Amino acid sequence: MTVTELVSYEDALATYDPVMGLEVHVELGTKTKMFCGCATTLGADANSQTCPTCLGLPGSLPVVNAIGIESAIKIGLALNCSIAEWCRFARKNYFYPDMPKNFQTSQYDEPIAFDGYLDVQLEDGEVFRVQIERAHMEEDTGKSTHVGGATGRIHGASHSLLDYNRAGIPLIEIVTKPIEGAGERAPEVAKAYVAELRELIKALNVSEARMEMGQMRCDVNLSLRPKGVEKFGTRSETKNVNSLRSVERAARFEIQRHAAVLSAGGTIIQETRHFHEEDGSTTAGRIKDNAEDYRYFPEPDLVPVAPAREWVEELRAALPELPRVRRNRLREEWGISAHDMQSILNAGAVDLITATVDAGADSASARKWWMGELARRANEDGVEPAALPITPEQVARITVLVAEGSLNDKLARQTIEGVLAGEGDPDTVVDKRGLKVVSDEGALGTAVDEAIEANAAIADKIRGGKVAAAGALVGAVMKATRGQADAARVRELILEKLGVEG
Amino acid sequence: MPGITREEVAHLARLARLELKDEELDHFAGQLDDIIGAVARVSEVADQDVPPTSHPLPLTNVMRADEVRPSLTPEQALSGAPAQEQQRFKVPQILGEE
Repeated sequence: MTVTELVSYEDALATYDPVMGLEVHVELGTKTKMFCGCATTLGADANSQTCPTCLGLPGSLPVVNAIGIESAIKIGLALNCSIAEWCRFARKNYFYPDMPKNFQTSQYDEPIAFDGYLDVQLEDGEVFRVQIERAHMEEDTGKSTHVGGATGRIHGASHSLLDYNRAGIPLIEIVTKPIEGAGERAPEVAKAYVAELRELIKALNVSEARMEMGQMRCDVNLSLRPKGVEKFGTRSETKNVNSLRSVERAARFEIQRHAAVLSAGGTIIQETRHFHEEDGSTTAGRIKDNAEDYRYFPEPDLVPVAPAREWVEELRAALPELPRVRRNRLREEWGISAHDMQSILNAGAVDLITATVDAGADSASARKWWMGELARRANEDGVEPAALPITPEQVARITVLVAEGSLNDKLARQTIEGVLAGEGDPDTVVDKRGLKVVSDEGALGTAVDEAIEANAAIADKIRGGKVAAAGALVGAVMKATRGQADAARVRELILEKLGVEG
Repeated sequence: MPGITREEVAHLARLARLELKDEELDHFAGQLDDIIGAVARVSEVADQDVPPTSHPLPLTNVMRADEVRPSLTPEQALSGAPAQEQQRFKVPQILGEE
């Protein structure tokens, strides 16, 4: 393997203009496979969700999943695509053990959706329009385990084992037109596009689109052309880039690698490349040659799909508010900056905060807890905030308890801790742990008197006008009440008793 | 007229993972060329107004509800496998050393 000395990103962009094409595969969240009634449950026993159709046994016949078609149309509409009036499935023929049929049922020159666009917003608020070439329906392949090699890789393996549970799960492949004009922001555009697409897919409720679970996968095609030249350069195809960060890194790496090869007078080979998560590099896979001759032909076992216009319009009318529009609306409602909104989005907390507000919290408090304490906990546990064992309703209840003065921030944190530890809902935790703010003025008054008595010197200073010294007495009272007093009220009481104006 | 060359037959044989000897290639190339020639005569009678037919029946939109049907058991699924390991289909080496 030859290692190319990379050109710095800035130097690459000074000479060349990147052109990208992004292909995203989305696994639909249907209950059954695309062409048979096998379940699609994740983590099932190996080869427990197969049948003669998805195993490609002789005499079996596929029948298309109605929700698969509906989901494809929804995605097409949300991407501003035209929906085919009539289209067919096609067989993509190839021999590879991940497909027991020896062909993948896909669509060739008649995709169900075509000619659309998706507007994506970059972190600084700039909107970039990505043109969509097509979205077509196909099926996923089986899962291979390579045995006998050093690291479970296919190279050097003695043999491979196949689990066909995933073979036949519906996939929608979404292909962009060449993305031109992004310049130095190309990697950022690639990341923002995939992020926006993921939000869109989730909003449409057609898939959970979890990249870490392989439910959404991205291929990054990239080429460089000298600035001012119209003709595209030769592209490389980096396969299965499976996180948002990786999409950006893969594009950036390929820009630097291509520039190095071209600047040295070399030529880019059109090839598949593999992305390496550890260092953000890519390495060559197989070289594309004429051997890749898929001999597509119309699938004779599946009749054409001709979605009625009324149905398409019904689906269009029922589309949810698009994520970018919704985000901008929420941002205005919450009165926060684009940057703050981006952080909330990156943290995966938009829906959680919305649900918390819907459950009765004010938006500032909802944001404070989800982006503070809870984001920290999620980060520590290495999970998405949504996976924490606390519901938006419970967070809302805590914010209400704080607002009415029953809890202060410190006690609220302890309440959250209790809920996360499985001690029950917020009220139960407050009860069991005895976390209520001491609002009994009598008890508080006694604690204040005691603090003044025990700290006579400080009390004198305060009487003498050093109001700032009150902090020490507040601290003493808070300590005596084990943090369960309202600090502001304590301060008031101290000053009152010492006859000083706050 | 359309036809098929010996090179094309060799290419297709490779795609179909068929190992053909030289004399077999000669033999099949000739036969396939005859067959293609015979089928091509259809286009002599089919006018411009006859679209290519992929499906003989005038059916569209045959779909099924997204309802789970029983699958085979893993034992049944694997019953025809030439080799198996860990409840999976065992296949020969896919790629050699890098």
